[in-house]
Amino acid sequence: MSSANNQTRPDLQTICEWIKPKSRILDLGCGDGTLLTMLKKERDANGYGLEIEISNIVKCVNTGVNAIQADLNTGLSDFDDNAFDYAVMTQAIQAVERPDRLLNDMLRVGREVIVTFPNFGHIRSRLQLFFGGHMPVTPTLPSKWFNTQNIHLCTLQDFEALCADNGIHVLQRTVVDRDHKTSLGMKMFPNLLGEVAIYRLQRK
Amino acid sequence: MPDTLPENSIGLVTAQTMHFDVPLDLASGHRLDSYELIYETYGELNADHSNAILICHALSSDHHAAGYHSMEDRKPGWWETCIGPGKVIDTNHFYVVCMNNLGGCKGSTGPASINPETNKPYGPDFPIVTVKDWVESQARFADKLEIQTWLAVIGGSLGGMQVLQWNIDFPERVKHAAVIAAAPKLTAQNIGFNEVARQAIMHDVDFHEGRYYEHDTSPRRGLMLARMLGHITYLSDDAMREKFGRELRQGTISYGFDVDFQVESYLRYQGESFVDRFDANTYLLMTKALDYFDPAADFDDDLSKALSSARADFLVISFSSDWRFAPERSREIVKALLDNNHDVCYAEVVVPHGHDAFLIPIKDYLDVFGAWMGHLVDEVSS
Repeated sequence: MSSANNQTRPDLQTICEWIKPKSRILDLGCGDGTLLTMLKKERDANGYGLEIEISNIVKCVNTGVNAIQADLNTGLSDFDDNAFDYAVMTQAIQAVERPDRLLNDMLRVGREVIVTFPNFGHIRSRLQLFFGGHMPVTPTLPSKWFNTQNIHLCTLQDFEALCADNGIHVLQRTVVDRDHKTSLGMKMFPNLLGEVAIYRLQRK
Repeated sequence: MPDTLPENSIGLVTAQTMHFDVPLDLASGHRLDSYELIYETYGELNADHSNAILICHALSSDHHAAGYHSMEDRKPGWWETCIGPGKVIDTNHFYVVCMNNLGGCKGSTGPASINPETNKPYGPDFPIVTVKDWVESQARFADKLEIQTWLAVIGGSLGGMQVLQWNIDFPERVKHAAVIAAAPKLTAQNIGFNEVARQAIMHDVDFHEGRYYEHDTSPRRGLMLARMLGHITYLSDDAMREKFGRELRQGTISYGFDVDFQVESYLRYQGESFVDRFDANTYLLMTKALDYFDPAADFDDDLSKALSSARADFLVISFSSDWRFAPERSREIVKALLDNNHDVCYAEVVVPHGHDAFLIPIKDYLDVFGAWMGHLVDEVSS
């Protein structure tokens, strides 16, 4: 699954800070390999990217990222339990067929999981839906309802309910805006003011 | 016949032969006291011999991987698509080597060669050789060329199996490895196809238990059938539908058993032209080498364990419509490499062409392959 949003990636720097040095990473929907390149440089971390688009595979090969062409919707059965320190998926979970199943599979192959997604509960989305009466089109969610890859959008609250139902422990959470900035407001009202949610998870 | 050769072709090439006197002990327990290997090279070997690339060939191909033998040649070598100046395997940078495997019929010692013990062609007495035997003979060949480490070992199909074997038997001698449209072992279905091909050859009245050379004949009909069957499995259903559909050759149905459909005509042509350029005993031998290939068998049937000492960084490519060596089989290889934390990139190219896709200039395929080879260019240029 190529990441749903290829423009600004405010979540990547946070992930970089969260990941322990020399870790082994599986990056689901690795796109052109930006995150893995960053992690290699800044964290001496190694790993593999899964990516569905051949054009992105070519970019990964060009930059020297280990990329495996794969469809995330078919699951992670090629990977053993706890094969990675982290299974990471940035802004792609909302684009897979069954986010719940994939999340559980990620928690199987990774000792920890980091996911990021666009927060559908952000005030801009809420205002557009409430006052405009139409599906939100925002800088983080630029597509129209009929051509978007984002078929399973959720809010922080929705996501945390899924975690609770599946026995998933939230180790760390942060929300950022497009410029990778966070604010007091965002800390107090993450589900209202956070544009991108970043979670670190573990099986309970 | 080209009047002028294409600019991106390596051009006219000449095969060379290398003689070996040190006996080669084979997996079967037999020994070859002496043998010859025919090979071609393209490009220049650099001063520290660090730019050599070994190309391993598939079932029915040979050492003639690129270029033309003469201006009269109708077709270039079998991997002209990928090998040449400015091509993916760029002969401006690399010294590319391809040999005809032992047991072949294009100049390396094989069943049609003279057995020094009898002064007659070996025929069925030529020992069955395995992928492991080939790799051993290739390693000895590399020694003679003074190539300690291959910059890359590359192969498609049965050639890809040799690449795997290289990384198991001589991991320290391979820096990069490309395994294309291959499998870690054959499925029962694959072995089944090979067996039908062999039966077709062996049931030909001209087979003479493999000693047909002495009868001045060859099992043409059997080999033709074997090739026709093989050819169906190398194409996909879609590729055949697109290429032939149900198109009739003469426009009407003949209500007889002659050729009605274009696909029949095509397969007969493929079969007949193959008979003129290939030896039936070699076909038997090569299909057996395919059937027997199972490197994990020596490692508790664990491919990950078999590849644990590999050091190369890998490129694995499969083709979506290849049902002979399906993408799932390539993913088994990828998994074994992942288990060992080896460097690997894997591309599953979406194409309708079937197994033969690895010989065809397909953009996505050449893009990935070219990007990977680009790093090798950097390595030898720096």
